[in-house]
Amino acid sequence: MSDLIGILESSLRIASPLIFAAMGGLLCERSGVIQIGLEGLMIVGGFAAAVGALQTGSAAAGLAAAALAGVVFGYVYAELSVRFRANQIVAGTGMNFLAMGLVPFLSKVLYENTGTTPSLPLEQRLSWHWAVVLALGIVAGVAWMIRSTPVGLWIRFAGEHPAALESAGISPRRVRMRSVIAGSALAAMGGAVLSIGLASAYSRNMVAGRGFMALTALIFGKWRAWPALGACLLFGLAEGLQVRFQSGAIPVQLMQVLPYALTLVVLAGFVGRARAPQALGRQD
Amino acid sequence: MRIAPVLKPAAALLTGLALGLLATALAGESPLHVLGVLVRGAFGSRYDLGMTLFYMTPLLFTGLSVSVAFRAGLFNIGAEGQLSLGALAMTWAAFTFPSIPAPLSWAVSMLAGATVAGAWAGIAGWLKARRGSHEVISTIMLNFIAAGLASYAVLNPFKNPETQNPETLAVGASHILPALPGFGDAPVSAALLIGLLMACWLGWLFQHTRWGFELQTVGENENAARMAGIPVERVQIMAMVVAGALASGVGLGEVLGSAHRYKLGFSPDYGFVGIAVALLARGNPFGVIASAFLFGALHKGTTDLDLETEHVTRDLALVIQALIIGAVAAEGLWARLGERLSSRLRSLKGRGGGG
Repeated sequence: MSDLIGILESSLRIASPLIFAAMGGLLCERSGVIQIGLEGLMIVGGFAAAVGALQTGSAAAGLAAAALAGVVFGYVYAELSVRFRANQIVAGTGMNFLAMGLVPFLSKVLYENTGTTPSLPLEQRLSWHWAVVLALGIVAGVAWMIRSTPVGLWIRFAGEHPAALESAGISPRRVRMRSVIAGSALAAMGGAVLSIGLASAYSRNMVAGRGFMALTALIFGKWRAWPALGACLLFGLAEGLQVRFQSGAIPVQLMQVLPYALTLVVLAGFVGRARAPQALGRQD
Repeated sequence: MRIAPVLKPAAALLTGLALGLLATALAGESPLHVLGVLVRGAFGSRYDLGMTLFYMTPLLFTGLSVSVAFRAGLFNIGAEGQLSLGALAMTWAAFTFPSIPAPLSWAVSMLAGATVAGAWAGIAGWLKARRGSHEVISTIMLNFIAAGLASYAVLNPFKNPETQNPETLAVGASHILPALPGFGDAPVSAALLIGLLMACWLGWLFQHTRWGFELQTVGENENAARMAGIPVERVQIMAMVVAGALASGVGLGEVLGSAHRYKLGFSPDYGFVGIAVALLARGNPFGVIASAFLFGALHKGTTDLDLETEHVTRDLALVIQALIIGAVAAEGLWARLGERLSSRLRSLKGRGGGG
């Protein structure tokens, strides 16, 4: 029994950064902008949080620093992909490269090494209980906003029928700009949970594909908040089980592959229909 | 030769490089010193040039891979997964059949790699053409699955029992590609020549064959292509298969040309850098040659930064790559700058005429 609780607890821990990033991705993609830069956003967020917490001695300030870094990165990405109509895959790839290069660059300037930031004492770390509560609150908030508020309606229209929104006198591009910036802040906070919540510092290669995993969860959840949360928890559970059963009957590497293989099957429409927002990636 | 197609990429390249170097000033380095290290690191000696060519080789293949898909209007984010499974299959063939004599042995290992990587990429092509799944998402998924499969294979059935390192058995001697002479100890091999040949061949195919025409038509306007009787789905699937097969060429330089075994995690994101390479080349195979060379030089030049500067590391390569991608990607920015410039010129002229 305690074993079961242990597994559930560890899955929840593992899932919490993914939840932030997946909700951030949801805001971007539901407004019609492809966001493959979640990985880079988690990297800058993780680093900014560690720096912020170190400088101020407060985890909350670290989280705020991550959100701020996300806003800055999100703004650049939004300018490129929405205003200057850059191809969103290309711009997102560029943002990922930028994050991967810029973080060690800044780390070298600030701390004389490119590996790990100085370690935070326990009381300056973000309690993961708080991180989980916050993550669940954000899911509820995003789900509610998308479904029942005017802003949510605009975001959905920007992603599905931008022309209709335009004729209602609201600029789809402005909606997208703001959605992308807000979503990027959330995704960067996911990186913060990783660095100052689940660990005590930001270290190189810490994100290790989690941004892409969050994107995967978003798609597995068919671009909806609660199902995406379910996917994050499922992926967290899969990873939690791997850690428990390192020497199990199924090789670890094949277990790791499972979330991606399942998503591929869902994406191919073999299990229901995964329909992306209609105007996703379009420049209109 | 027309100048215009070269102008924009050149401007993007210079912008990226200049901004990247300016950033080093913020870190307390002299940008000129950094530039000097980059140039000396990449071209300073025959060995350095050889290393640049060595890094150019995989980028040539991934750049071509992305370009072929791009031609058909598809985004191959999956070169990373394709190259790892392709190189693995190549390695498998090369240590399983060590007794095949030299020219044939290369054909066998190349074919093994191209078949597996082509089939792997073909999955994304099929999903796109027949099931309507976006190839970007499916290739991202396939990348992770490929990474899992490769690490399983290297750690279990293909494991080299004589070492603790995560690597496979060594390839048969007859499969090893000869090194190019004149570059000292740099491991640049005949794989580079194969890559150059591939680029020229593809460039010719694009211009002069029905296949090239079909690719381009599908890429430019799917509906028009369908109307013209081009089998759009088949063209898309084939484009991905060829893209995958090309990505497997990375194994030629990295496995058969230098390491002689498959080492887990050997690729520093060659597949993703290939996107930048193809982008700068605007999908033109001859352009890929130039752009792979530049990115190879960047990779080699920046590795020397760790030792020769105080505050800047090789990670600068990623920053410069990102800036170049951003500069290429922001087509709207260039267009707007152009408009503003020409309208200013017009207004100047207007004022000149009025006064």
